Amino acid sequence: MKPKTVKRRTSASHRQPAKLWQLRLYVMGHTPKSLTAFANLKKVCESHLKGRYRITVIDLVKQPQLAKGDQILAVPTVVRRLPKPVRTIIGNLSDTARVLVGLDLRPAE
Amino acid sequence: MKKTMPKSNSPATQLPKCPTGIQGLDEITGGGLPRGRPTLVCGGAGCGKTLMAAEFLVRGAVQFGEPGVFMAFEETEAELKANVASLGFDLAGLVRRKQIVLDYVHIERSEVQESGEYDLEGLFVRLNHAIDSIGAKRVVLDSLEALFASLPNEAILRAELRRLFRWLKEKGVTAVITAERGREQLTRHGLEEYVSDCVILLDHLVNDQIATRHLRVVKYRGAQHGTNKFPFLIGDEGISVLPITSLALNHKVSSERIATGIPRLDAMLGGRGFFRGSSILLTGTPGTGKTIIASNFAQAAARRGERVLFFSFEESPNQIVRNMHSIGLSLEPLVKRGLLRFHAARPSLYGLEMHLATMFKEISTFQPRVVIMDPITSLMDAGTDSEGKGMVTRLIDYLKAGQVTSLFTSLTQGGHALQQSETAMSSLMDAWVLLQDFEGNGERNRVLYVLKARGMAHSNQIREFLISDRGIDVVDAYIGVSGVLTGSARVAQGALEKAAVLANQQEAATLKREVERKRSALDRQISGLRSDYESEALELRRIAEQVGTRTSVLGTERAASGILRQADIKVAGIAQGKPRLGRKN
Repeated sequence: MKPKTVKRRTSASHRQPAKLWQLRLYVMGHTPKSLTAFANLKKVCESHLKGRYRITVIDLVKQPQLAKGDQILAVPTVVRRLPKPVRTIIGNLSDTARVLVGLDLRPAE
Repeated sequence: MKKTMPKSNSPATQLPKCPTGIQGLDEITGGGLPRGRPTLVCGGAGCGKTLMAAEFLVRGAVQFGEPGVFMAFEETEAELKANVASLGFDLAGLVRRKQIVLDYVHIERSEVQESGEYDLEGLFVRLNHAIDSIGAKRVVLDSLEALFASLPNEAILRAELRRLFRWLKEKGVTAVITAERGREQLTRHGLEEYVSDCVILLDHLVNDQIATRHLRVVKYRGAQHGTNKFPFLIGDEGISVLPITSLALNHKVSSERIATGIPRLDAMLGGRGFFRGSSILLTGTPGTGKTIIASNFAQAAARRGERVLFFSFEESPNQIVRNMHSIGLSLEPLVKRGLLRFHAARPSLYGLEMHLATMFKEISTFQPRVVIMDPITSLMDAGTDSEGKGMVTRLIDYLKAGQVTSLFTSLTQGGHALQQSETAMSSLMDAWVLLQDFEGNGERNRVLYVLKARGMAHSNQIREFLISDRGIDVVDAYIGVSGVLTGSARVAQGALEKAAVLANQQEAATLKREVERKRSALDRQISGLRSDYESEALELRRIAEQVGTRTSVLGTERAASGILRQADIKVAGIAQGKPRLGRKN
């Protein structure tokens, strides 16, 4: 049931061009760790995917039921929903090189 | 009964326990797992860790009204439901009724990239959410070690696990954490370091090509527990631990007696056979007729209208029926009437525990009054001695609780070890009939005697028993100077004794006739002598009379002549001699 609502939330972006990247950032509250992760992610996206990405931040403190859908264990976690296949990166994304590998950005560029 | 007992037994001072509802486990642990604390269940692959954890959760929800969360790291929800459904657990139904939450946690390492620091708050959040959604009291993490394969950073993982167990305790849930057995430590990744309240070790040992599951409570902080290794099995109704040592001796007893089907054997047992609900051991060397006596017993019971369950571990049912037909026992009609049921299985088919479980199941569905195991020894070969004894103990206890009479045949090797090897089992048995064969005179004959029969006066005699096409016949054996005589020696001895008696009788008759003859000869002699005497006496009297007459005549003559000569004095002298003569006569 819960994963369905997630899909519906994202279905709005389905009509967008296929090239649009959908990223989800799972965090626990507004901790420094969360903010660091968000900043790191944004930085990578801005330099590689400018104008082609959308980041949804999900706060598991407020929506704990969403952790199950994307198999979240570690926090913070970034999930690349689109383009397929789904890819996951855990950690505060401080290692940019690994973020790029994780998002599968290197070969594409 | 078992499930509620530990609850009421544990005093308030003891650690609060969380009953698992798993048969036997609560008895070993004195009431269950430590409530509100994590318990580690470790063991190798295929030991039944997941099943034990699942049963803990299902029974908690069904029997104790405690909802539970199952967090699976290895199996998906669908797999898990299917797996435990084979044990009769309706996991899907419990999930629908919101008594259990299943959460499949999965991370594919190849799909995950690590970058920078992180923690496992996500896991905490999921667990917390699952617990709160149904008010769970029990949690299973199966198996947490899968995380070590999924998450590359072990330092973070270890720190987070430590936090997780602390958090579980704070949450107040009773948790079961499963882990793979390690080589040098209890678990592969040393989880026992974090879970220190209760550790249960499962293993699956293969002994003589037969696998047996064992359970051992390695550690139970703050409580007494059984420290032994207990065999357990996974049956149709879940896990069943067999705590032999905790069995109690408090069966009901019956004083009803049941016939054995062999009248002379009944006569040896105080005239009325065995007690109902007793356990009977029938030992003998090969070919002494154990199965025959057992079949007789079965037939007698079935003819009384009692249901008989015959466990055969050596022969197929058809073979037994055919063989018994040859000695005049027709078992087939009894099988057809549903009074006699055979259950045949090779002992090596599976381990002892599985045999025991199958037997329990057969017994509970068929509800027999008499159970026969033929032979129990070959079944015991499927395990070690102590395992075998434990199994028999458990079986006998189970049967006695239901007042079921049990007859076990036992194959022994010839020689002196015959009785020695049975001592372990004999203490469990109420009656023991020994079958032996005697060799001699170029033949082999069977004898039988009652070695023990608790609670009844039984014969101390050795009896020979004959197997003919009319069945079993028990006859007295001759006891001679050279021991027990059986077979043709017994017949020969009988003839010999008969001849001796006859000879004695003849001799006595001859002697009697001789004496008779002597007596009649004596009688004849006596009568001859008497007639001699009588004739002589007669003669004497006649002579005396003659003498008297002559004397008186002479006296008269003398007196006459004296008168004539006037001689008075001489007449007086002669008169004096007369009485003297008379006395002589």
